[in-house]
Amino acid sequence: MSELSAAKSEVVEADDDAQPLSREDIREIVEQVMNSLQGELTQTDIQLFTELASLAKFIDNAKQDIAALRPDEVTDEYIPTASDELDAIVDATAEATNAIMDAAEAIEKVAADLDPEQSERLIDQTTAIFEACGFQDITGQRITKVVTALQGIDEKVHRLVDAFGHEIERIKASQPKQENDKDGAVSDEDLLNGPQLKTEANTQEEIDALLASFD
Amino acid sequence: MAVDMNMKVLIVDDYKTMLRILRNLLKQLNFNNIEEATDGSMALDLLRQDSFGLVISDWNMEPMTGIDLLRKVRADDSLKHLPFVMITAESKSENVIAAKQAGVSNYIVKPFNAETLKTKLVSVLGPF
Repeated sequence: MSELSAAKSEVVEADDDAQPLSREDIREIVEQVMNSLQGELTQTDIQLFTELASLAKFIDNAKQDIAALRPDEVTDEYIPTASDELDAIVDATAEATNAIMDAAEAIEKVAADLDPEQSERLIDQTTAIFEACGFQDITGQRITKVVTALQGIDEKVHRLVDAFGHEIERIKASQPKQENDKDGAVSDEDLLNGPQLKTEANTQEEIDALLASFD
Repeated sequence: MAVDMNMKVLIVDDYKTMLRILRNLLKQLNFNNIEEATDGSMALDLLRQDSFGLVISDWNMEPMTGIDLLRKVRADDSLKHLPFVMITAESKSENVIAAKQAGVSNYIVKPFNAETLKTKLVSVLGPF
């Protein structure tokens, strides 16, 4: 088997195994092809090798471009945060809905002591409240569907991160994340985080204690 | 024949909020004997332990869905004539057809109101 055939076989085998080629793999294949450039070269061979080298360069650049988008941040940070926030929405709406129904049930008890006409008017309104509370069930189901979709995206991005691991590590090393301003201070932008998850939020008591610590 | 408002009604939903809404709306319709289950298998256990006059079930639950519960109810000689109403957000035609083929007594799509609930229950149980 010629070196060119061997190189081609290597590419085909790599493709069959669905393993992405590393930069080193591509370099090795190109080197094998270049080493085979001896003697009986035809115009077609040269054209083929040129195309192959150009393709290898294209693949290498594409890998670096994709790695530079930092898909690892999607799986490590963005998707888990989004899932937690959606779970928090479901919990908060359930809590609020139960509080509304507590109030509606209390009104029903009061209605039982009123004259029939007034009682009926109040019961009609509590019925409307119970009907409206059905929103929590529907939004909960919709959010569950979104979380499932996010899990699907997470799984696919994980595969991408696995495939581009070396490239991503290289980009991470060359572009460390800036947590704060260069002087170490927290920027105004860092302070815009919106509502906190219950597990991360300070309670009023903790905030009072923090304020008191300045006195 | 008059509807026995003291008959046992089993409501099945994995959302506690929806169970509470249903319980309140049924109470306003004067159903006084309401039990709850949070999935099909729990519901089936309760149905086999006691005598119920009506099941109102959600579709999308784990581990046993509402449609599986319905099929098991219809396959059980002692339960097969039990009125079974599906209340679900699954509103596609194929869902309704599948439920009908499985023997559902009526089908209510979420979100629903008290009037729809009453209308459907009257059509299944008779006037009350």
